Amino acid sequence: MDHQYEKNFMAIPDSVILVTLIGATNWGVGFLTTVAIFAIVALALNLQWGYTGIFNFGVVAFFMIGAYTSALLTLPPPSKFESHILGLELPVLIGWFSAALAGGLLALVIGLPTLRLRRDFLAIATIGVATIIRSIANTTEGFVNRGSGLNGIPRFLDNFTNASDYKWVLLVIMIVMLSAVYFGLQRVTAAPWGRVLRAIRDNEETAMAAGKHTVSFRMQAFVLGGAIMGLAGALWAHRTGSISPTAFNDLFGTFVIWTMVMVGGSGNNKGAVIGALAVGFFWFGTPLIQEDLPDILGTRVFQLRELTVGLLIVLFLLFQPHGLIREKPQVSRFITKRKNMYQQLD
Amino acid sequence: MDILQLLIIGTIVGSIIGLGAMGLTLSYGVMKFANFAHGDFMTLGMFLAYVVISDLGWGTSPIGNFSFGFGLIPAIILAILGVGCFAIITDHFVHRHLRLRGSGIITMAIASLGIGIMLRAVIQMIWGPTAFRFTTGINTALTLPGDLKIKPDQIFICALTLLCTIGLYLLLYRTQLGKAMRATSDNSELASIAGIDTDRIRMATWGISGGLTAIAGIMLAMQSQLRFDTGFTFLLPMFAAVILGGIGNPWGALLGGLIVGITQELSTEWINPGFKPGVPFVLLIVMLLFRPRGIFGSSI
Repeated sequence: MDHQYEKNFMAIPDSVILVTLIGATNWGVGFLTTVAIFAIVALALNLQWGYTGIFNFGVVAFFMIGAYTSALLTLPPPSKFESHILGLELPVLIGWFSAALAGGLLALVIGLPTLRLRRDFLAIATIGVATIIRSIANTTEGFVNRGSGLNGIPRFLDNFTNASDYKWVLLVIMIVMLSAVYFGLQRVTAAPWGRVLRAIRDNEETAMAAGKHTVSFRMQAFVLGGAIMGLAGALWAHRTGSISPTAFNDLFGTFVIWTMVMVGGSGNNKGAVIGALAVGFFWFGTPLIQEDLPDILGTRVFQLRELTVGLLIVLFLLFQPHGLIREKPQVSRFITKRKNMYQQLD
Repeated sequence: MDILQLLIIGTIVGSIIGLGAMGLTLSYGVMKFANFAHGDFMTLGMFLAYVVISDLGWGTSPIGNFSFGFGLIPAIILAILGVGCFAIITDHFVHRHLRLRGSGIITMAIASLGIGIMLRAVIQMIWGPTAFRFTTGINTALTLPGDLKIKPDQIFICALTLLCTIGLYLLLYRTQLGKAMRATSDNSELASIAGIDTDRIRMATWGISGGLTAIAGIMLAMQSQLRFDTGFTFLLPMFAAVILGGIGNPWGALLGGLIVGITQELSTEWINPGFKPGVPFVLLIVMLLFRPRGIFGSSI
């Protein structure tokens, strides 16, 4: 920061308050926009893990595939300084839709060999997928512009307002998308389909004995979850405007999401959103207080944050396995209606 | 590069993967869950050895053609003890409680992932994000007939793997403890009914698994370098080796490690070396498609 500017800045306390207020609003809007995207990923993981017991350790791979798919479809053709495929300048909405398709397709490819086997095989298979996708993105010439990443990804509805107000538009878009995913998932998980998923999670043999094709149901949940993760990746790409392989690391894209679901409480959608808010606030908030912390902590704030993520997973497993919000044993509205009906008859 | 030369490098890398995978498969067989902290156990071993060799500076003058001195011996011992104890302690504080509560293998695997994240964070906190090397000296390669090159350190790596394999064989098949471990791996309830103290067996297994991993970590650090995430990125090849050989089967894991290592190196003859990390994944998927119980069948 310029020295002179800093002096003036200090001399007018009123504007400091004003500036911090604007700063806080800016931060708050940015934070909620980001957390909404993370909450969508957490909801998708909750569908896979919380409802179906599918053990996906490669969340960031689906997110990344979605981000790159949508970016490549909506970007203009590469300039002479870039080298990537496609660049079709398609509308952003088509990009989002294709991102969801790509995420679902990746889930199908990983799920086919692993979902019919021991449950931990999928975890083992997914833990390396992100690394491989990153290394393909990093090394293949003329594919996705390698380590320099894709820049200038078009924004959605940006002719709507001026640049400084666009953040509000973004926030509204993300909240609308989050609500759509939330209520959509709420609907399907309360429906018979979602109840079969929970039956499979709790006792696969019984579900099989009840005539359910469990592998097929698990595949459906895995693919739907993967598609939602891909969509979230696309939302992310169009929000930040530029993506590169290193940004999609396992910690931020997979383990933090897992912590959100574990903290919020797996097996219920409200828990996933609340977990995303709580863990997201911790994750994005800690760098802000970095300067106020004693040096020994301040310089290590990013590692401490990582340590806390691991610790939260272990502590919640040990002491609060149901998370902040417990799963409801009964989700169908019809059963309640029926019960009331019978009670009235009695 | 020459195919034979790639074969040599593959064997060396494969030995390291195999040794780490032997540790992983032992704990998988006895504990029944996939330990996702295994790679980070490996990193811990590397850095413990690094403290003895570089920070304490014990016995650094090289022996013969090797790049390391007698300091490697206390370094290996400290790493084995350190990683073994760490594994036992985490089991005591985390996995034991989950086991008593009757948690499934998936819950335990997630807990191990949490432990791995924590360990990785602590290692990064202490040693930072930079990469280190054990020794700064050059390890001149020997030239074999046919213009093949191998470094003395790499011969040492292969010899140490062989030694550890023989040691593990003697332990599993010639001692009471080994017999009890195999029994627990086959069927822990039956073993417990037969009067085997399965808690003690679990402790011993963690110790041995941790020890093998520590040695593998030191060998990996000798072959390349050490960084806070070196072990974590090595997790997939080790898991691929475990599944290739059949879960719970240490000889299968060693063979699986050699297959993964050699395939990975040979692949660079035809494909971009950047795709090397994908090779163990492809092997894993092919194995899961056609023979999910591994080459020799798995104990669980």
